Amino acid sequence: MADIEITEAVDKGVSRRNFIKGVIAAGAAVGSVNYLFRGPSSIFAQPASSGAVERLITLTVNGQQRRVDIMKQDTLAMTLRYKLGLTGTKLGCDRSECGACTVLIDDVPHYSCSILTHSVRGRSVVTIEGLAAEDGTLHPVQQAVVDEQGFQCAFCMPGFVMATVGYLKTNPNPTRAELAHGISGNLCRCADYNKILNTMERAAENLRQA
Amino acid sequence: MAVIRDMMTTFELFQPANVEDAAALLREHEGRAWVLAGGLDSFDWFKDRIKRPAVVVDLGGIESLKGIESTADGLEIGAMTPLTDVVRHPDIAENYGLLAEAAELVASPQIRNQGTLGGNVSQDTRCWYYRDGWICYRAGGNICYADTPTSMNREHAIFGADRCVAVNPSDTAPALIALDAKMVVQTTGGERVVDAEDYFIGPSTDIMRMTILRPGDLLTSIRIPSTWAGARFYFEKVRDRQVWDFPLVNVASAIRVSGGTIEDARVAVNGVAPYPMRLTAVEDALRGATQDEATAERVGELAIRGARPLRQNAYKIPLMRNLVKRSVRVAEA
Repeated sequence: MADIEITEAVDKGVSRRNFIKGVIAAGAAVGSVNYLFRGPSSIFAQPASSGAVERLITLTVNGQQRRVDIMKQDTLAMTLRYKLGLTGTKLGCDRSECGACTVLIDDVPHYSCSILTHSVRGRSVVTIEGLAAEDGTLHPVQQAVVDEQGFQCAFCMPGFVMATVGYLKTNPNPTRAELAHGISGNLCRCADYNKILNTMERAAENLRQA
Repeated sequence: MAVIRDMMTTFELFQPANVEDAAALLREHEGRAWVLAGGLDSFDWFKDRIKRPAVVVDLGGIESLKGIESTADGLEIGAMTPLTDVVRHPDIAENYGLLAEAAELVASPQIRNQGTLGGNVSQDTRCWYYRDGWICYRAGGNICYADTPTSMNREHAIFGADRCVAVNPSDTAPALIALDAKMVVQTTGGERVVDAEDYFIGPSTDIMRMTILRPGDLLTSIRIPSTWAGARFYFEKVRDRQVWDFPLVNVASAIRVSGGTIEDARVAVNGVAPYPMRLTAVEDALRGATQDEATAERVGELAIRGARPLRQNAYKIPLMRNLVKRSVRVAEA
């Protein structure tokens, strides 16, 4: 008898909680209906004159169209890591002072911690996850990292690789000094710079031969 | 300082597509709108939660503010042109190399890819007491934390201080002053064109602003006249690390020489005062002078006349003197 009462009490509690959850879900569904049935033009295009921005936007990341729900103040690094699950992009300082979060935006290296996600709408974002070929063949710069074993802890590695890929697009045949200047926007706390430069020189050679 | 919090506090974001819409938004949200260019200065403020604007107007989507065009008399550079584009522009490299050199020495490659020329000249000071949110004069308070007997003021001003001793950190500003550039400012009353040296203001004019921009004003472009095209240029920046760091002192000079005699010169420095300083006394002394070591020596001494060091920055006086000397010497070689 006592057991049954307890069971009932637990059941009641659960059902009440579920009821509340159901109400919240229904509210969310009603809310999202507004987004769904306003027609494609109002979903994808931004209101031209006022310049106001919307929550649901489409990003081009590593060649894919990704729908994402973001806040106005979200940085690209936050969106990539915590909304899109692309955790290859690292957050080191979050102050554009270390380079660990470097990604390519329209082939140009940027600190993803210091650009609003809203600012990359309509632009092509490439992260470390987007470098390898479909069949898993590594990008020539990634292959150089494996071959030369240029990094110690390698937390800074994705940033260095992206900065190098971006820099080599503008100067495919750099001297060591030019390369050092070209990827000077990235820090390595293991201070492994000589080995990193060896790696990236080999990367440039790999790319030229590819 | 650089504590990673989850994210910036919330704000209303607008990304207008043209200058008119941006101006309308700034009028509509007067007093609470923040103008965002490349964002490298702004996001530091937002992430540290020292500045929390309710409205941010991002100029990144305004195509008419980007790009470099040849005009009848020189060049016009859109305020939102990234510094990398300034560095790589063939006409700037060939005729106005001073600006290309200065822009190349700003921060790091990724920052130059995103940071804009307009943002670089309009950025706020980096005095860390102020940046850390201490309620100093510049932040509306009634004390300067950088000018006390125990202050850390190695990077602060030796000229032009008035209550506030912070310095202007821009590298492109002295180059633009030496090139006699004009700043085109969109105000509520219409377009205003001012000389680069008059674009910057010190604390004695308004202690809470670095430039003449008032809330609602926009710097739209920078015009470089052909006056100094192809002159002998010299730019040097001294800083602790060769990447990222702001200048301790930098110098920019443009000199025209004819047969060993200096016909005309413009010299500007930054990192020593709350505004980039044009050294008119040096320019006057250079005009008509023979280009030799004695002239360099003389203008070096002239440049530092009146300097008032703080406790930790007296080194800036010989540094500035030697940079000015070098800028006159090397420009001649």
